[in-house]
Amino acid sequence: MTDTLSPETLENAGIAHGLYRDGEAIADTKAPKVEVQDRWRTRQFEAALVNPANRRKLTVIVVGSGLAGGAASATLGEAGYNVKTFCYQDSPRRAHSIAAQGGINAAKNYKEDGDSVYRLFYDTVKGGDFRSRESNVYRLAEVSASIIDQCVAQGVPFAREYGGLLDNRSFGGVQVSRTFYARGQTGQQLLIGAYQALERQVAAGSVEMHTRHEMLELVVVDGRARGVIVRDMVTGEVETHLADAVVLASGGYGNVFYLSTNAMGCNVTATWRAHRKGAYFSNPCYTQIHPTCIPVSGEHQSKLTLMSESLRNDGRIWVPKNREDCDKDPREIKEEDRDYYLERIYPAFGNLVPRDIASRQAKNVCDEGRGVGPVVGDFRRGVYLDFAEVIGRQGQAWVAEKYGNLFDMYQRITGENPYEVPMRIYPAVHYTMGGLWVDYDLQSSIPGLFVAGEANFSDHGANRLGASALMQGLADGYFVLPNTIRDYLSHGPYPTVTETHDDVVAAKTSVDDRLRTLLSINGERTVDSFHKELGHVMWEYCGMERSETGLLKAIDLIRGLKDEFWRNVRVLGAADTLNQSLEKAGRVADLIELGELMCIDALHRRESCGGHFREESQTEEGEALRDDVNFAYVAAWEFGGDDGAPVLHKEDLVFDYVHLKQRSYK
Amino acid sequence: MKITLQVWRQDGPQDPGGLHGYQLDEVSEDMSFLEMLDVLNEDLILKGEEPVAFDSDCREGICGMCGLMINGQAHGPEVTTTCQLHMRTFKDGDTITVEPWRADAFPVLKDLVVDRSAFDRIIAAGGFVSVNTGAAPDAHAVPVPKDDADKAFASAACIGCGACVAACPNASGMLFMGAKVTHLGLLPQGQPERDARVVKMVSQHDHEGFGGCTNIGECAGACPKEIPLDVISTLNKDLRTAMRHGR
Ligand SMILES: Cc1cc2nc3c(=O)[nH]c(=O)nc-3n(C[C@H](O)[C@H](O)[C@H](O)COP(=O)(O)OP(=O)(O)OC[C@H]3O[C@@H](n4cnc5c(N)ncnc54)[C@H](O)[C@@H]3O)c2cc1C
Ligand code: SF4
Ligand code: FES
Repeated sequence: MTDTLSPETLENAGIAHGLYRDGEAIADTKAPKVEVQDRWRTRQFEAALVNPANRRKLTVIVVGSGLAGGAASATLGEAGYNVKTFCYQDSPRRAHSIAAQGGINAAKNYKEDGDSVYRLFYDTVKGGDFRSRESNVYRLAEVSASIIDQCVAQGVPFAREYGGLLDNRSFGGVQVSRTFYARGQTGQQLLIGAYQALERQVAAGSVEMHTRHEMLELVVVDGRARGVIVRDMVTGEVETHLADAVVLASGGYGNVFYLSTNAMGCNVTATWRAHRKGAYFSNPCYTQIHPTCIPVSGEHQSKLTLMSESLRNDGRIWVPKNREDCDKDPREIKEEDRDYYLERIYPAFGNLVPRDIASRQAKNVCDEGRGVGPVVGDFRRGVYLDFAEVIGRQGQAWVAEKYGNLFDMYQRITGENPYEVPMRIYPAVHYTMGGLWVDYDLQSSIPGLFVAGEANFSDHGANRLGASALMQGLADGYFVLPNTIRDYLSHGPYPTVTETHDDVVAAKTSVDDRLRTLLSINGERTVDSFHKELGHVMWEYCGMERSETGLLKAIDLIRGLKDEFWRNVRVLGAADTLNQSLEKAGRVADLIELGELMCIDALHRRESCGGHFREESQTEEGEALRDDVNFAYVAAWEFGGDDGAPVLHKEDLVFDYVHLKQRSYK
Repeated sequence: MKITLQVWRQDGPQDPGGLHGYQLDEVSEDMSFLEMLDVLNEDLILKGEEPVAFDSDCREGICGMCGLMINGQAHGPEVTTTCQLHMRTFKDGDTITVEPWRADAFPVLKDLVVDRSAFDRIIAAGGFVSVNTGAAPDAHAVPVPKDDADKAFASAACIGCGACVAACPNASGMLFMGAKVTHLGLLPQGQPERDARVVKMVSQHDHEGFGGCTNIGECAGACPKEIPLDVISTLNKDLRTAMRHGR
């Protein structure tokens, strides 16, 4: 199965099942056709200006107040536009960006260790397994240095050296030290910086902040994005907000798996509603799985907690060689009965192999029945991360100094003392590389609709390197969008739209109807039970390892689930009050539809790529096999209507600077 | 474990509200406090009763969205966020009282959900460094002593949960505000606006209906991020200096 596939085989994978249709090829036409180093500067220069006096007359809606949305709102507000920002939490400071622990990359080369914009660009394209765009990634690397300057000026307390200069560390298998960090709370500190800049604009009157407001529909008039329909989550009132342009910065959709490292409220509604209105959804099946999370302990569990990857620097990963030993106290399992599987399979990288490989091998040993910890579902889902050796070598105090807070966190959640018993870890869904398709200007396939941060399909390809999502969110929000939106706005003014316009009324009515329907079904199952079932299907068949038969089965199961949802869900209470089950119901309904598209996307992509291992595409040694001949493209899906199959548009990826190469960690 | 809950139910801001009793028979020690409430809610929905509204998001102790009075203590018997409190802290047969944060500046919206937007307005009043995007000098242009950076970080760790206010008999927001004033006051970037910042923030704080600090210290005792009481001294000192400067 090591050969690339013939076109006939590809046909069988989805079109033949009637699951999707082929559409016209698309291309990103906004990146200037000059050398990669000059593209962003050229684009900025070519983008037309908006006279400061006119900016006040223009309104931009931003959905989301995380790093991408918060930064964009603050910057557009400073520039003098009228900004209206929405988030579902009670404060913009709580956006999920707050949870990021590790750090943020920037090509500052403060360590003189050979780093450069070009090297960050190169590492990111390669790390994304050649499924991202060179133009975008180059720009990301280019503006990265300004991000650090901006955040320091805001008062973000990055780690410092004794000389008062910023400290760096290396992260995620990279050979240079380019990661800036604020202890284990980098995301929190960066977000607070953006939040403060945002609140400054709120006080200045340029940003109107709407907290506890959820976007439930996009308003499209004459083919352009002109507003959003939101629900005030306290009073239940459904409101219309109109604007000259709309930015979606609503984060990722990892919660389609139910259990993930994402916050409870993370959802796909904003982007999914836009997708249904014509925005293409790209590479939905690209999910990043993180290898070092605290495993599931039982059915009640609502989320998974990430343990910093840095633990793999000193902990050794193993499982028992024999299944009979799996329920024993690990300290009683003899050295010769332990399988240090990563060290065995990848002697050169050992426990430090990349995220996708560490994750997949952990799943493999658990699937073989050699997992440890409680039985969840039908087998044990956990492997040991053992510090006994390093504690023996360096002493407990040394380990406590380096990892103490993580050890405490582990103990708080599991009730076990990791200084005495090895930690247990298991892979978990962490980040989604797919999202709405955007061009170089971050504009979606709907004019006037821009998408930033994790919500776009972005710059990460099939795999995201550590410390690069924060960089992308802030690059998009502080530096890219403010430049590209002005070009769009300068081509206006676009015709005035009022709340009585037919398309606006229709959008609002559809929201009202949907809320009413959800409340009227009064079936027998809770929203959460549907969400859990969806998550289970997604993890089993569209998780780390996928196969054609599995995905076809998943599509059937999801269709059944969707059908049952609309017949049998039980949502109590009323629409005109704070109603958390109603909020969840709308989100889960959208996640179910997204789940189906993810499976179709995974099915059609018959190659192994990034964190996505396709059973039918592996080397003789069982390693992931990418297929550049057939799949070096972005899959951009167009909504096919409620009864129609989605339409696949392909954007070919061209690599002029970083040459296509198979990854190898043996 | 078997657990009896006394949960505050309140339909809306105008409703007087009251405690309602619920019985849970199969609580596992591994559940977080919020997962236990999830289980309660699933039961209620199946019985046709409206689930209990409460706030949470990250469920890993960092977003500051969760927050409940548990047996009269902000976030519960351990010094952590409610989402990181686990049921193994309680015993089989325990009765637990669950209420929302109580403070005039944090009106109850429904059941256990309160409105903490007063905190955002305090930050908007001056809790920032004024710098426009793209106007920043190179990050290495201004060195910051490591000690100051570390201390600034410790204050910046506040998650805005509001436990300090809930724990304080005066419902004062001084610990929250002191944390921000200390964070920015320790950094060179925060100096130009130092006087104005503290004056504006304190005036907004009082305007929102938070009480004054009488040095009781319950706030720091309840703070999941261990913000020390001395940020309040820094706040007071900054305020006096600003007064002296005639701001
Ligand atoms: C545990 C964890 C650790 C991580 N660690 C790192 C790291 O070390 N380095 C790194 O680079 N990346 C890390 N990441 C990834 C990174 O944090 C995220 O990808 C990034 O912060 C996403 O930012 P965002 O602005 O796109 O979205 P978010 O921060 O998720 O913001 C989404 C916003 O949209 C709003 N919203 C969503 N839907 C709606 C709606 N329908 N209506 C209204 N508002 C809505 C929300 O209220 C929120 O304000 C980590 C992620 C996790 C989960
Ligand atoms: S000071 Fe502590 S208790 Fe108060 S809001 Fe901040 S983190 Fe919460
Ligand atoms: S839910 Fe985020 S801190 Fe508890």
